[in-house]
Amino acid sequence: MKVIVDEARCVGGGHCVVTAERVFDQHERDGTVVLLDSTPPEELHEAVHRAAMLCPAAAISVTA
Amino acid sequence: MTDLFTEPELLFQHNPEQPFQLPPGLARLRAERPLAPMRFPDGHEGWLATGYDEARTVLGHAAFSNRYELIHIPLPGFSGEMPPAPTGDFLGLDAPEHTRFRRLLAGKFTVRRMRVLTEQVERFTADRLAALAALPRPADLMAAYAQPIPALVICELLGVPATDREWFRQAVNGMLAREGTSADDIMTNWTALNDYLRDLVRAKRAEPTDDVLSELTTSDLTEDELTGVGVFLLGAGLHTTATVLGLSTLALLMNPGQLATLRENPAGAIEELLRYTGIGGATVRVARTDVEIGGELVKAGQTVAISPIAANRDPRRFGDGDALDLGRDASGHLSFAHGVHQCLGQHLARVELRIALPALFERFPSLALAVPVHEVPLRTTANMYELERLPLTWQD
Repeated sequence: MKVIVDEARCVGGGHCVVTAERVFDQHERDGTVVLLDSTPPEELHEAVHRAAMLCPAAAISVTA
Repeated sequence: MTDLFTEPELLFQHNPEQPFQLPPGLARLRAERPLAPMRFPDGHEGWLATGYDEARTVLGHAAFSNRYELIHIPLPGFSGEMPPAPTGDFLGLDAPEHTRFRRLLAGKFTVRRMRVLTEQVERFTADRLAALAALPRPADLMAAYAQPIPALVICELLGVPATDREWFRQAVNGMLAREGTSADDIMTNWTALNDYLRDLVRAKRAEPTDDVLSELTTSDLTEDELTGVGVFLLGAGLHTTATVLGLSTLALLMNPGQLATLRENPAGAIEELLRYTGIGGATVRVARTDVEIGGELVKAGQTVAISPIAANRDPRRFGDGDALDLGRDASGHLSFAHGVHQCLGQHLARVELRIALPALFERFPSLALAVPVHEVPLRTTANMYELERLPLTWQD
């Protein structure tokens, strides 16, 4: 799995941090997403898909 | 069914005997045409989204604007035009104007920072539980518990000094429209709060303390904008959280079998209560260009009204959505909306609910409604539901 984030779209919803805190964080300055791990291990895939689904601004995408 | 849905007042109806029941007309419409053409009270021919997918698509779609002056209002009897958003109310702006405010504020409302507030929320909750316990019964949960907790949290965020908090709380209460409050009273309180916040902004700029408002004084926001943001945060964060806290208590008292799940998994339980109690009558957006959604063509200039309570119970998304089931996975509900305007304070609201709701039932295991359900004064005529009082009683 490869995770891609679009910081320009991000509105700091924070669901990604709540759902997969080993993969995502937030900038203190403006709340936008920080990608901690672009190729997370398999046990986190479900959480990442969930984070992408919950993201209010569709700023997270996932490729195989 | 006719092609044009002409009963927008259904969005604001509730059955006093069963306050959490979705009006059957909305459920029927959702099954038959989840995005349906609707005639608005001012005559505008727009749309009504009752289906989950349709509602979520509209809220997240870049073709839709939230500029107030472009929108037709589905409130019964409302035929006037909306003025543009007042200064600091970024909910009524689109990108890039909206983005400027959103980014500034999102940095102050990160998940990490909201978790830091946990201890303060626990302290406020303990204080209010003690105050509630000392009251004669029946006691009103709204005045003694549900309203003060979010008010104290907002004071903390804005850095309202302890000596001003009682005045502040009363001014905020006076701003809410309810029985016995005249339009003049509301306006007087609104002006007083506005003046108070303006003075607070000046004071924080001169002498910053450890709070969100002080931090924002170093941004490029003007004094007017910052004052407006303060007023906006009050409007967005007080009444909403208080109402959900009250309605969640009511929902649990009506479904006592679910209390064990609240204790075992408060985070999941709160998510389901947020889905189930949903307090918004209608959220609106207006199409800037023609856009096709779920096989329907929404034309440029048309307003779409979204019923979050209907979408939150869509069986295509949530199965038996009309049942309160604290064990279900309710994430993805639309009670905080979706898209770029999704509630900025949602994680703070979750912290408040997750602490205050279980603590209430733990402190008062025999908590009970002191009046029949149909006498609970739930007001649904405004665009946000309001629970005016929730009379409760308990055994020592």
